[in-house]
Amino acid sequence: MAVIIKDRNVAADPWHRLEPHADGSLRAVPAAGDIIVPLSMWQGSRAELRARPGRLGVWLDSHEDPADIAEDLKLFGVVAVNFPKFIDGRGYSIGRLLRERYGYKGELRAIGDVFRDQLFHLSSCGFNAFALREGEDPREALAAFEDFSEAYQSSVARPLPLFRRRHLASPDGMKGS
Amino acid sequence: MYVYDKIDQRLVDERVAQFRDQTRRFLAGKLSEDDFRPLRLRNGLYVQRYAPMLRIAIPYGLLASHQLRTLAYIARRWDRGYGHFSTRQNLQLNWPKLEDVPDILAELAKVQMHAIQTSGNCVRNVTTDHFAGIAPDEIVDSFVWCELLRQWSTFHPEFTYLPRKFKIAVNGAKADRAAIFLHDIGLQAVRDAAGSVGFRVIVGGGMGRTPIIGHVIREFLPWPHLFSYVEAVLRVYNRHGRRDNIHKARIKILVKALTPERFRTEVEAEWAHLKDGPSTLTEGEVRRVEARFTRPGYLPLPGGDAAHAARLAAEPAFAAWAKRNVHPHKMPGYAAVTLSLKKTGVPPGDMTSDQMEAVADLAERYSFGELRVSHEQNLIFADVRQAELHALWREARALGLATPNIGLLTNIIACPGGDFCSLANAKSIPVAQAIQERFDRLDYLYDVGELDLNISGCMNSCGHHHVGHIGILGVDKNGEEWYQISIGGNQGLVRPGAPAALGKVIGPSFARDQVPEVIENLIGVYLELRESEEERFVDVVWRTGIESFKERVYGRYHQRQERRSRSLAPA
Repeated sequence: MAVIIKDRNVAADPWHRLEPHADGSLRAVPAAGDIIVPLSMWQGSRAELRARPGRLGVWLDSHEDPADIAEDLKLFGVVAVNFPKFIDGRGYSIGRLLRERYGYKGELRAIGDVFRDQLFHLSSCGFNAFALREGEDPREALAAFEDFSEAYQSSVARPLPLFRRRHLASPDGMKGS
Repeated sequence: MYVYDKIDQRLVDERVAQFRDQTRRFLAGKLSEDDFRPLRLRNGLYVQRYAPMLRIAIPYGLLASHQLRTLAYIARRWDRGYGHFSTRQNLQLNWPKLEDVPDILAELAKVQMHAIQTSGNCVRNVTTDHFAGIAPDEIVDSFVWCELLRQWSTFHPEFTYLPRKFKIAVNGAKADRAAIFLHDIGLQAVRDAAGSVGFRVIVGGGMGRTPIIGHVIREFLPWPHLFSYVEAVLRVYNRHGRRDNIHKARIKILVKALTPERFRTEVEAEWAHLKDGPSTLTEGEVRRVEARFTRPGYLPLPGGDAAHAARLAAEPAFAAWAKRNVHPHKMPGYAAVTLSLKKTGVPPGDMTSDQMEAVADLAERYSFGELRVSHEQNLIFADVRQAELHALWREARALGLATPNIGLLTNIIACPGGDFCSLANAKSIPVAQAIQERFDRLDYLYDVGELDLNISGCMNSCGHHHVGHIGILGVDKNGEEWYQISIGGNQGLVRPGAPAALGKVIGPSFARDQVPEVIENLIGVYLELRESEEERFVDVVWRTGIESFKERVYGRYHQRQERRSRSLAPA
């Protein structure tokens, strides 16, 4: 069984991710087991997927719109977001939208070209699980969560930006809320 | 000068440690070149034509004298004893060793400096008016808003891998000295009828290979919404900007493709979700940041200094410098001074470590220990007593920093060009020098009057050629260096209300040794056509169009070609 990073620990991954064939056509759904299916498969075979035994997850590619699954989020055991290349930063916005706008509380997993140097910002944007690309050591990568001890901005990890937390810590002499 | 608090300092220190580890892993073969490249770029480190290049951030161009001393020390210890001030108010070192960069960054961190996000596809150093805080036409002190944006953009987790680089400029005065119509986002401070501060938001401007004047997408954004609105713009861009073609990935291409109106609709729809959320700025935060800026302890002075006036009358050389390089100040008895880094014979924007240290001394004695870097690649002493201008002038002159050419033809903006940069098609610095040498006669320069001449070594436009009154662009023709010339550009800088404009190309490009003569011809046409001395070169181009300029240049060139082919023809 493959391992992933989940909630800052290295853990076995019970999920099996289905990828389309190279020509874009969809694979057959295995009869049993926990599967993460592409968005198009979810959209095309909702009833069938919901009826089968085993848990269900969905994965979005970086160009896909999280709004398309906003109504269905409670049905998924995991939502994964693909990073085709690590410099493709669309997934960071997708993560925030899933958490902050659509209220997704379950496992949010980064997949694809993922390695230690993205982990800090990905976790700020709401990702709590990471399937690192091949050849990466997940144990070594855990240190990345400690790269920075603070952040200025509002994010999923720190909903209140630093300036609001500073104000709460010592409100003296500051006006406004 | 903004003074870091403990958290500001800790974040910069943690960044140094992070990059040290990334460099270690790269050198140990654990990070590939492809993986390391984006990581080093966002720490300012390029690999250039001959060596790495490190771009050090000078946030919004503001620098303390002790920081300048550190820059001098770094340039001497880890480089070749000089640095290059860029058009984005940063400092570039052209010869550091990759393995030394973590130590350089650690040295910078000791004086509250860094190279964070000076490159890479992220939000870059926020730039502004080099007269912020002192300009008589000030609306707000833009430094405070720039620092707020610096903190907001530093390691912003969502916008760390954008489709392309992203540049924000803030202008807090009536005149646009920050080229806000030529940035990914331009913010113009405005006050509403009640006097409340807000920003006019301009998006999608830029230079590069597709120069575009930005579009106003919001006339008045009340200041508390600054972060949430900019986040909405960036989220739309991050999600929908093109990533398939590096030349079409800037936000200006997205704005153009969607149309500014639809882009605005998308931003407003996104903003509807973010508005009034936790990113909403508070008065307390604005005041906190404002209070962390040290302020000059101005003396109450009368306006006009009599001795100063007498020296101006008695010393023409001083008067010439004062006319070009001294600028008005909102406090009576004070003035701002430009130290010109455009002396003929020195690459524009270059400065030696010795000069940096000498300037740090001068800044302490004459300008409260602070200075600014202008996007025209000069240094500004913002707070000089009028009574001390003469003494400063004498000292600056001894250092070779008092060339009285601000606003004139020889105050050339130029990128490092093909001498250093691996992107360049052609060299910039020798062209700048040839032009400076041709026009070294000050009387003639003064007669020609205000003229911005900008040179870029390639389409990336780091030398801002699109907005030069005369712009020169290095192009590659079958492996040879040629120069395309445009006229009529304007960065919207000098006069309030003067619009930003892109220059028009006058015709086929020229060999390097032809360029000075072409410039002389263009200026000849201008001098013939101008109606008064107040009418600048660019005004004449706008009034008359480019035809007469073209005829003069290509007519003569054409005739010469004919002569040449006749002389080469067999008898």
